[in-house]
Amino acid sequence: MSMIKVKNLKKSFDKNEVLKDISLEINNSEIISIIGSSGSGKSTLLRCMTQLENIDSGFIEIDGQVMVSTENGHPVYASKNILQEIRMKTGLVFQNFNLFPHFNVLRNVSEAPIQVCKIPKEQAIQEARELLKKLGLSDKENNYPCELSGGQCQRVSIARALALKPKVLFFDEPTSALDPELTGEVLKVIKSLTEYHMTMVIVTHEMEFAREISDRIIFMDQGVIVEDSTPEELFQSKNERVRSFLGKFRC
Amino acid sequence: MEFQQKAKGEKGMNETIQNMANLLPYMVEPTITAIKLFFLTLLIGLPLGMVLALGRMSKLAIIRYPIQIYNLIMRGTPLILQLYLIYYQIPKWIQMYDPDFRFDRFTAVVIGFSINYAAYFCEIYRGGIQTIPKGQYEAAKMLGFTKGQTFFKIVLPQVVKQVIPPLGSEFMVLVKDTSLAHVIGVAELYLFSTNQMATRGSMMPVVMAGIFYLIMNWIVEKCFILLEKRLSYYQ
Repeated sequence: MSMIKVKNLKKSFDKNEVLKDISLEINNSEIISIIGSSGSGKSTLLRCMTQLENIDSGFIEIDGQVMVSTENGHPVYASKNILQEIRMKTGLVFQNFNLFPHFNVLRNVSEAPIQVCKIPKEQAIQEARELLKKLGLSDKENNYPCELSGGQCQRVSIARALALKPKVLFFDEPTSALDPELTGEVLKVIKSLTEYHMTMVIVTHEMEFAREISDRIIFMDQGVIVEDSTPEELFQSKNERVRSFLGKFRC
Repeated sequence: MEFQQKAKGEKGMNETIQNMANLLPYMVEPTITAIKLFFLTLLIGLPLGMVLALGRMSKLAIIRYPIQIYNLIMRGTPLILQLYLIYYQIPKWIQMYDPDFRFDRFTAVVIGFSINYAAYFCEIYRGGIQTIPKGQYEAAKMLGFTKGQTFFKIVLPQVVKQVIPPLGSEFMVLVKDTSLAHVIGVAELYLFSTNQMATRGSMMPVVMAGIFYLIMNWIVEKCFILLEKRLSYYQ
């Protein structure tokens, strides 16, 4: 069963065409990595799927609910309620965490379940603690984000996204702001999430990680999907552009 | 001779202290008037400034531009002139409909101060709100917070921390500006002390008023240092 359907998605910033006719389908509990050089449109694609950018034309459906379709060349978004329902099924982990600096770790994780999902405070806090324990942050629940390392911050932000029990979790270059050591610690956590059988879409520059974790890897270049295949196939690709991109990472 | 002069000096000193002590009880009321003006201005000006700030950042030009012009006039012309206009001109307009209308002096200054200071507060808030990174709004949106929740739970608490230092300066200016209320005859500290200076032929009352303003601002400063400390638990 497909969790995400994207058809003929187009998006420009001013005259700069960032996404040119993107179509893809992601199945339930699949793990997809999106790779490609900077400016290839992978982050924009993610931001369109998470409603942070409005599309110019095309069709997006998540978990059977149509987010946006195109009529007479204009995008028509679903009603506010439907969009909110879709939003609650999706989580996003940002490159620079975007934790709330004035909340401590526990409140960063539990605030949305309490305020948005109206879960009783006690229960939300208990669930948040369990998540923090799982991500190795039990001793940090009273700390503020400014007191944590980048890797810890990113793990908190993963916990924050997980607290809403999303069906799809998007990662926008989750380790790009971290040094190699911290990167490893965050990637390990992301790997451990596979046990939840969530659908995960990961924009990343970590090739080895993408290869190891993904069911499929999508290679994007200049606003189009050049290749969409299993890691084995992608790393054997005959496509010139894919080879030169991966070649840079080999050496 | 020398001894006599010294005795006279000592006597003068004692007399001055005695005069100051005598004057003190009379300074209580004008000081309370100044303090009342200070707090009422904040009570009206601080929330009004927030409303203006939200309008000032509106996407709608029809809301944004009038506020921009309002701020320019309020911040670009002397408060003293604004007080004159409010006290002498506005009653004339109202009297066209209600000939019995009288404008209470103190009410007029409170209105004048509030709408003037709201313009300054507006710009301070706006500066504070604009320092909040876009990522905070995006994270809140992804977590499903409504616009209202995002503003009150995520943005506003962070704005408060940002605006504390500039607000502190503004509060101190306000303490001193309360002296402008004398132009329409409100019996506050400045008016009282300059009157006393004229009748007694001595600078002493003015110096005392100065000390009073200084003490008030010292308290304001202390409060803000405390506030900043309390908010320093995060960055």
